[in-house]
Amino acid sequence: MAWNLQSDRPIYAQLVEQLRRMIVTGVYPAGSKLPAVRELAVEAAVNPNTMQRALVRLEEEGLLYAQRTSGRYVTEDNEKIMEAKEAMAAELISGFVSDMMRLGYTREQTIRLLEKKREG
Amino acid sequence: MEEYLISCRDLGKSFPGCRALNGINLELPRGRIIGLLGPNGSGKSTFLKLCNGLLTPDRGELLVCGSRPGVESKKHVSYLPERSYLNDWMTVEQMIGFFKDFYADFEEARAYDMLARLAVDPAKRMKTMSKGTKEKVQLILVMSRRAQLYLLDEPIGGVDPAARDFILSTIITNYNPEGSVVISTHLIADVENILDDVIFINSGNIVLCDSVENIRAKQDKSVDMLFREVFRC
Repeated sequence: MAWNLQSDRPIYAQLVEQLRRMIVTGVYPAGSKLPAVRELAVEAAVNPNTMQRALVRLEEEGLLYAQRTSGRYVTEDNEKIMEAKEAMAAELISGFVSDMMRLGYTREQTIRLLEKKREG
Repeated sequence: MEEYLISCRDLGKSFPGCRALNGINLELPRGRIIGLLGPNGSGKSTFLKLCNGLLTPDRGELLVCGSRPGVESKKHVSYLPERSYLNDWMTVEQMIGFFKDFYADFEEARAYDMLARLAVDPAKRMKTMSKGTKEKVQLILVMSRRAQLYLLDEPIGGVDPAARDFILSTIITNYNPEGSVVISTHLIADVENILDDVIFINSGNIVLCDSVENIRAKQDKSVDMLFREVFRC
């Protein structure tokens, strides 16, 4: 998995998004163990404290949990993961719709274009 | 254990015709990776030399790991100077022996491991190596110590991008919540993702001291872009 960090936004926020995406897409499946903070930091080439903060944030969201001695795991609660996935989809869709509106398409026209796309 | 690895008050140093440091105040905490950033001639190397006792301050106070720069502080500080001080006629193996004798916290196995990873032959003499390879060897020696404070003066300037990545990942792997790393450089884009904090220094004054995340959140731009604005020529 390649990490892709943009230079004009806080790194922390980008790490949260990308880790969330990895959980939702099953790179780290439900119940699996996450690599150690330092390993993840090396992989993403970021500061270990920043990576740590991002992981704590995902714990607060309930997508990860820490086990005192053995490390960090992805939640076993599939519903929780689905929720996160749906939230991401909703965000993508509203971004897309507002882009289309900026181009001058109404909501209905946009949906029609999408359906046309599906037909081929 | 002291709270700050470096603390200085009104630290000043002048050379004939040049004020290199203009009475700076600074406290560096533990567990941070810090970028010391500034244009050429801004005072970065002077500051690091003062911290290592290679220069003596004209005024002010400077404590490194709780004591004035000297024998005691050097036990805890691993310093990469801006230029090479290694003996050209020695082989890498001999240099490793040398460091082992000098520093109780030197870990030979780590040095050999890093040499192997960067494909540097330990039997080779320093003088037969390219400039970049010499720099790699020097950095490996410095990073093979288990120090509390690493002061790295331009550690990535002369090496190829692949070695640069290796050096940065070595710094991350080496991270220890009790110790700190100071990296002086002007290659900001290359290092900023691994930094906690940055210190901007210009004409011997500290002009900014903040965390990378704060800068990005407040300014919506990278430290590299901010630097280009602050120091526009």
